[in-house]
Amino acid sequence: MNAPVQEKVDPAPKGAAQQSFPKPEFTGAEAGMQVFPSSTSRSYNYFKPQKMRATVYEDVTTDVQPDPDRHLTQGWLYGFAKSEGGYPQDWTALQSSNWHAFFDPNEEWEQTIYRNNSNVVRQIELNLQNAKDAGAYSHWSPTWTRFVAENVGAWMHAEQGLGMHVFVSAQRSAPTNMINNAICVNSVHRLRFAQDLALYNLDLSESLEAFDGKVHRETWRNNPSWQGVRENVERLTAIGDWAEAVFATNVVFEPLVGVLFRSDLMMQIAARNGDYITPTLIGAGENDYNRDLRYTRALFSMLTKDAEHGEANRAIMQGWLDKWVPVSRHAAYELQPIWSQPAERTVTFAESFAAATLDFTTLIAELGLTSPKEQ
Amino acid sequence: MSRQSLSKAHEKITELSWEPTFATPATRFGTDYKFDKSPKKDPLKQILRSYFPMEEEKDNRVFGAMDGAIRGNMFRQVQERWMEWQKLFLSIIPFPEISAARAMPLAIDAVPNPQIHNGLAVQMIDEVRHSTIQMNLKRLYMNHYIDPAGFDITEKAFANSYCGTIGRQFGEGFITGDAITAANVYLTLVAETAFTNTLFVAMPSEAAANGDYLLPTVFHSVQSDESRHISNGYSILLMALADEDNRQLLERDLRYAWWNNHCVVDAAIGTFIEYGTKDRRKDRDSYAEMWRRWIYDDYYRSYLIPLEKYGLVIPHDLVEAAWDRIYNKHYVHRVAQFFATGWPVAYWRIDAMTDKDFEWFEDKYPGWYDQFGPWWEAYSRLAYPGKNKPITFEDVGYEYPHRCWTCMVPALIREDMVVEKVDDQWRTYCSETCYWTDAKAFRPQYEGRDTPNMGRLTGKREWETLYHGWDLADVVSDLGYVRDDGQTLIPQPHLDLSDPKKLWKLNDLKGIEFGSPNVTLNNMTEEERVAWAASYRSNPNRTPASV
Repeated sequence: MNAPVQEKVDPAPKGAAQQSFPKPEFTGAEAGMQVFPSSTSRSYNYFKPQKMRATVYEDVTTDVQPDPDRHLTQGWLYGFAKSEGGYPQDWTALQSSNWHAFFDPNEEWEQTIYRNNSNVVRQIELNLQNAKDAGAYSHWSPTWTRFVAENVGAWMHAEQGLGMHVFVSAQRSAPTNMINNAICVNSVHRLRFAQDLALYNLDLSESLEAFDGKVHRETWRNNPSWQGVRENVERLTAIGDWAEAVFATNVVFEPLVGVLFRSDLMMQIAARNGDYITPTLIGAGENDYNRDLRYTRALFSMLTKDAEHGEANRAIMQGWLDKWVPVSRHAAYELQPIWSQPAERTVTFAESFAAATLDFTTLIAELGLTSPKEQ
Repeated sequence: MSRQSLSKAHEKITELSWEPTFATPATRFGTDYKFDKSPKKDPLKQILRSYFPMEEEKDNRVFGAMDGAIRGNMFRQVQERWMEWQKLFLSIIPFPEISAARAMPLAIDAVPNPQIHNGLAVQMIDEVRHSTIQMNLKRLYMNHYIDPAGFDITEKAFANSYCGTIGRQFGEGFITGDAITAANVYLTLVAETAFTNTLFVAMPSEAAANGDYLLPTVFHSVQSDESRHISNGYSILLMALADEDNRQLLERDLRYAWWNNHCVVDAAIGTFIEYGTKDRRKDRDSYAEMWRRWIYDDYYRSYLIPLEKYGLVIPHDLVEAAWDRIYNKHYVHRVAQFFATGWPVAYWRIDAMTDKDFEWFEDKYPGWYDQFGPWWEAYSRLAYPGKNKPITFEDVGYEYPHRCWTCMVPALIREDMVVEKVDDQWRTYCSETCYWTDAKAFRPQYEGRDTPNMGRLTGKREWETLYHGWDLADVVSDLGYVRDDGQTLIPQPHLDLSDPKKLWKLNDLKGIEFGSPNVTLNNMTEEERVAWAASYRSNPNRTPASV
């Protein structure tokens, strides 16, 4: 072991001024050092928390986006060319007697967002690394390899489109910070999951010679089975009303198409086809949706149960169901042929669709809505 | 992730987007800019798989420092002068941050480039991070600093105060009006690329000098995300430059954005740094010196001027004018004086300047004492209730200024004040450029071309109008800036909490009438107004040494 070598320090250049430093000073400015009016007022006092004591989430989220209905006295200081600026309430047809009554049950703020997504990322990376090390893909049949390349590949586009053009877009528009942040977190779940699937596709392209890493684009653009899903996604991105976009995606499309594909197909059949990796990715996306469904349910329940506007809101949402359920059912039916593609078919389309429909009807019944009859 | 695999991964992610054929995404936010001819430019590569763990690690460091600060009792050594100004700063900044998140769909709507969309979406979640991490820092201050009053009412006070209004129009500027003007030029090309340097780098170093090492910890963590945002902005700028038709709009918006950012950010951050500090070492940089380094050299000379090679006209005159206002015309000092004169309607306590401060200011800004010294001496003399009204309502030779209709900082450099009738109302402006912003730039036509997507200035822009003719005690009650005994004011013009007799109460403000300069202006005859304008511009607003 060598003796530590003393670092050679260059002397200050001649003529250079001596650098000074601020001196610490004991000021006694800590809590409790004196008693005076408000010396113990140690909670934000301009909003009512849901329970006796505000959570960190409530503290860091509530009222950060001002509202002329609450404390904002001067009104919005900038307007669009032909409409009010800020966060106009008429950007959705739904109404609330108190938009601020919504709090995200997931309590998403900085720490939860990064911890949750980092955990998912680490889980996926470990799974993929282990799969590579174990040569897990080498047992895949050509049929299954093609199935994953085409269909799991196509699905990533749906996640990307919804993440970018439904949820990123909608988080600009709701009347409160609590709603917008919940939608914002929803958007990054979608975008992260889309990228998870894309990078999985890249991994498979590098690991499996027979894996066609480009076919997902053709499948998404032109394969007849996927055109209903693509049409549904594109039409969702074209909705101008932020609440309708979130509703038609999370309450209609997701149960009838998203969960149908992810949980009721992929999670059921992959293992029987020798693939224990794909479900771990798909499960992460399903976990994201379950998390996002919690805020969705809380938001739309609040609006359907609103004492003043509940009835009108239910009528509007029922109209949205009438408009969007046929689109999503059509997308689901068009997707039916892919149930026949794998060598091992452990579930039928009818079974999968029945399971998805049950989840959907349960969800909308909770909201006091009814499912439109099939045409 | 290695650089090679990052490039591969990024390339793969570009495959996620597609050209829709059934329906196209709703365009809810319009722009007058055109991107039809633009080559697609990539911003900094960012993959969410590496992004989330990276940010989590940054968070862990921040929260570790927070725990350490509490265990080590950082607040034994923080300067109250500094912490009080944080009640204003930290009430403002989470809103511009969250507004930046909300601005991203504007830019996504406007720019047809999926790679930039991905960069903007990451920026969106960054901004949620910034907003909530800053709110949490403030929560920690509220829990551990000696005087929580003002922190406890933070977001309400931000939404109703005479100073919050300045910061609010800054954040609203990101999310309203022409999508590119707001979300690209104003937010990214100027606010983030130029002024976050003073906000998030210069100011935290001053915090550390005042015993507060949490502000640097949080804000440097925030600033480390900004390079990606700057890259997003630059990519959009390069795309916009591909179309000659955009040039006129870019030049308009650079002038507006530069000047408005200067008016607002330099006013606030300059005040916090110069008047919030107790560090008066002569070799400590003044705000002007920091500005020269971070804004003039690092932004103007290294970022803006090189854009001339693309044929863009850079607002050299406004950069020089901003410097002139900061250094020669004492802009920051006049703002601090305005904030301090308005102390009864603040939600923090404002410490007086002392002989030690005077010496430092005179050394850094020659001529400072003659202009401001006697006023601060009067401020100290009138600091306690009983024998006098608040300084605002005592005759110390200081005339309460008129607000600038555009930037909302008052017209403090009095000789530059502009008064014009705009939209059938007499309005005052701090400068010709702020007048131009309202009268020329934020209009549906600009220099003969239609600009149907440009935003509008709206709202009750002069805060004082809200309380014209009110009793001052009623104003403060209505604002809610009263401590939990129902009488003592949150704001005080000093830091002494030890003697209840030295603390101003609502009763001390009764019988004082509050007025709006703009209402008064609009009630003047033509002759009165001309005379008033001449008097306003020629009044040095200097407290005589004898007062």
